[in-house]
Amino acid sequence: MQLSVNGNSYDVDVEDDMPLLWVLRDELGIHGPKYGCGIAQCGACTVHIDGESVRSCSYAVGDVDGEITTIEGLGTPDALHAVQQAWITHQVAQCGYCQSGQIMEAAAFLATNINPTDTDIDDAMSANLCRCGTYPRIRVAIKSAAATLRGA
Amino acid sequence: MGRIKSIARRTFLIGSAAIVGGVAFGYYAYKKPIANPLLDDLADGAAAITPYVLIDQNGITLITPRTDVGQGAYSVQAALIAEELDVRLDQVNIDPGKPSTAYYNGKVAFEGFPLAATDSSYIAQKGRVMGDVAGKLLGLQLTGGSSTVSDAYEKLRMAGAVARATLLAAAAQKTYIDVTDLKTRDGAVLFPDGSTISYLELAPVAATIEPVTEISLKPESEWRYLGKDMQRLDIVSKSTGTQSYGIDVVMDGMVFATVRTNPRRGDMISYDDTAAKNMRGVNNIVPITGGIGVIADNTWRAFQAAHAVEFNWGPAPYPKTTDDMWAVVGDSFTKKLQDSQFTDDGDVDEALAVADVLEAEYRIPYLAHAPLEPMTATVLLTDIRLDIWTATQIPRFMQANAAKLTGLDVDDVHIHVLMSGGSFGRRLEDDYVLQAVEIAQTIKGTPVKMTWQREQDMTHDFPRPMQMSRARGAVKDGQVDALDLGIAAQSVTASQIGRVGLPVAGPDMMIVAGAWDQPFSIPNYRVTGFRVPEMVPVSSWRSVGASGNGFLHDCFLDELIHVAGADPLEERIRLCWHEPSRKVLEAVGEMSNWGSKMGPNRGRGVAFTLSFGVPVAEVIEVTNTADGIRIDKAYVAAEVGRVMDPVNFDNQVQGGLIWGLSHAIYGALTFDDGMPEQDNYDTYEVMRMYQTPEIIVRGLENSDQIRGIGEPPVPPAAPALANAIFAATGKRIRELPLIKHIDFV
Repeated sequence: MQLSVNGNSYDVDVEDDMPLLWVLRDELGIHGPKYGCGIAQCGACTVHIDGESVRSCSYAVGDVDGEITTIEGLGTPDALHAVQQAWITHQVAQCGYCQSGQIMEAAAFLATNINPTDTDIDDAMSANLCRCGTYPRIRVAIKSAAATLRGA
Repeated sequence: MGRIKSIARRTFLIGSAAIVGGVAFGYYAYKKPIANPLLDDLADGAAAITPYVLIDQNGITLITPRTDVGQGAYSVQAALIAEELDVRLDQVNIDPGKPSTAYYNGKVAFEGFPLAATDSSYIAQKGRVMGDVAGKLLGLQLTGGSSTVSDAYEKLRMAGAVARATLLAAAAQKTYIDVTDLKTRDGAVLFPDGSTISYLELAPVAATIEPVTEISLKPESEWRYLGKDMQRLDIVSKSTGTQSYGIDVVMDGMVFATVRTNPRRGDMISYDDTAAKNMRGVNNIVPITGGIGVIADNTWRAFQAAHAVEFNWGPAPYPKTTDDMWAVVGDSFTKKLQDSQFTDDGDVDEALAVADVLEAEYRIPYLAHAPLEPMTATVLLTDIRLDIWTATQIPRFMQANAAKLTGLDVDDVHIHVLMSGGSFGRRLEDDYVLQAVEIAQTIKGTPVKMTWQREQDMTHDFPRPMQMSRARGAVKDGQVDALDLGIAAQSVTASQIGRVGLPVAGPDMMIVAGAWDQPFSIPNYRVTGFRVPEMVPVSSWRSVGASGNGFLHDCFLDELIHVAGADPLEERIRLCWHEPSRKVLEAVGEMSNWGSKMGPNRGRGVAFTLSFGVPVAEVIEVTNTADGIRIDKAYVAAEVGRVMDPVNFDNQVQGGLIWGLSHAIYGALTFDDGMPEQDNYDTYEVMRMYQTPEIIVRGLENSDQIRGIGEPPVPPAAPALANAIFAATGKRIRELPLIKHIDFV
């Protein structure tokens, strides 16, 4: 089957019901999306399909119909997305394992709302868990990224 | 405070090997210098001036042997060396190094001794030296006990200073310019005429001279990095998906594996893999200790096949249900199972022979570590060597255990320590690594990446022990007069230290940590530890004994203060004899505007725990809404002597508080039919962003003891929340998780 990931197209020979996460990680070697729970409870595996955030651990690859973007496609160390820049400026990460998913969730959310209230942020981000407890910094970083995206 | 009654006659866990009759030899062995492991395979012209600084064709590499589990250990270790070596952090590589006794932890063993951190007596000072002796003799290359900074604070600055002085001497030798006329800046030696020579160019000369050990450390006023906001070395990689963790290892020809082992932690009686072994991509299914390993060409296919195997599991080697376990814990308050009584001030029995004695029983459950990156290890085994790539806090113990398992020499076992997606103490165990080695034994010459499913991770943790306390207390003239606290718990230290093969003897301070050593002068004050027989094997969980005892001790103190009719903060301050601790209480009072009016259905609670030498006071404000308790705001004041990096300090304190609150509200690992009833985050719930309060943090620097901050913010979180709920609702909750007794928003 054909997949388009971060602008590259790939031909993969896998079962339709293999979760997208494991196609990305083990078949394509794209390791930004992480395995945390396998049941869409933690959000560490979050990627975009046509700009919308999905939990790739619970999204069958056969159901993918659109362009996949992983954190590697959002921005790179040399060409950061505004959300990644905010994550660096506010030093969000501790262990960092959930942060690919947090950043992808935040980027998808800010694409639809560049003027979020505190409640908007909590509502958008509460399905992504962080064991290290970086939630306060994530809030600050999202506000900062929103300001950048508004051109403020 | 004369709490140390008989150190010489007692033995202590961890330290016992060094202390039982072995001090003379031990002292000799302690004095003996340890070989520099970097010299073993040093290239020509490269210099390894100390075990922490390597200069070769790859540039300057700083060795940071304490594992980064998210707490920022790599960054702070690098900064300590760089400060004295005089290099910028963007000029250096960092490497966790290889297992070596040179990287022993001299501070972590101290936690095994019954010496309160607030004790500055001669015996306590001696005991701290003995902790260092024990750490060195046992080669405790271990990350834990919030000891990275306290252990490294002088050691790594000295290492940087020795390296710098040696490079200066090399420059002097090379140029015949007097060393006193030379300076350094950013990885180079500066000559009087303004020209420079880089450390890299000086390495071949430096390698030929004896390290210069006549050095002095910079005064704090000249620090360029320490004490100032730093950028974590891993912040860009962790914000761009480019950080590689244990789970991300890729090797040529690698196969993917997973395991399923008995959820009752007993034997596997039989299994049927007829369906599983014919599934797509499955290479082999092999028996391992207590279960099976599946080898496949993709992790998910290995997971699927593991699910398709049918098992006949043996019984659990512990009681079948949580209720049965509580019965064992409840039966442990006996003279026979008494483990310690290091605090016994005044005359508790007489003080409690009064009419109004307050009695209370508290309970806390088993808790899983559940770091977000599940256990994983990549192993390549051949007939002559074993390589292991994994995130671990115990590289040397793992090396020894892997050598024993394979029959290889320890020197032929190579441990490559990788970045860890959280740990909270879980990676102080090597069970998962040994499983990967067992699988690799069936497929020698092929690298195997083994990944646990979340369900395996949650159901095969070595949890924090369940604990019960029975407390009695009395008040007199509006003040707390007597507190008699008995705590029953399994011994984390005996369970865990037994597994890594160190000697186990004496009382376990962790049963009472965070309770026996609190700096309060209550006139009649007794803390007794009771050792519950081993049930589910237990281990260190972020802040270890204090994590639960903070709740057991502080909430009961809060109850007594309310009975006395005193103010919760004022009475704690009045009772506190230790000045740095009193100052954190005063600080958190000021920060939270303690005593100011709160609206209807609102309340605030204060709690204090001193753990790992760090006094921490927390105030939490809650509102009792129609939908349940909402946590509005939290304030934390902590004393660490010197804050190394204010940004990371703030992040660690916030994270520690959230960790404490999250488990206080939800955390419980319960058992039925010998199996954990929670196996993923849907049943083992954790705090989410919408529940997280605003958190105000202040670091105090009043003490001369330099301490770490990874764990100490955890213990006061649960009692501060429970005390706040009492203030808002009048409901005193004596059992965790709180969600069993009250709703949360």
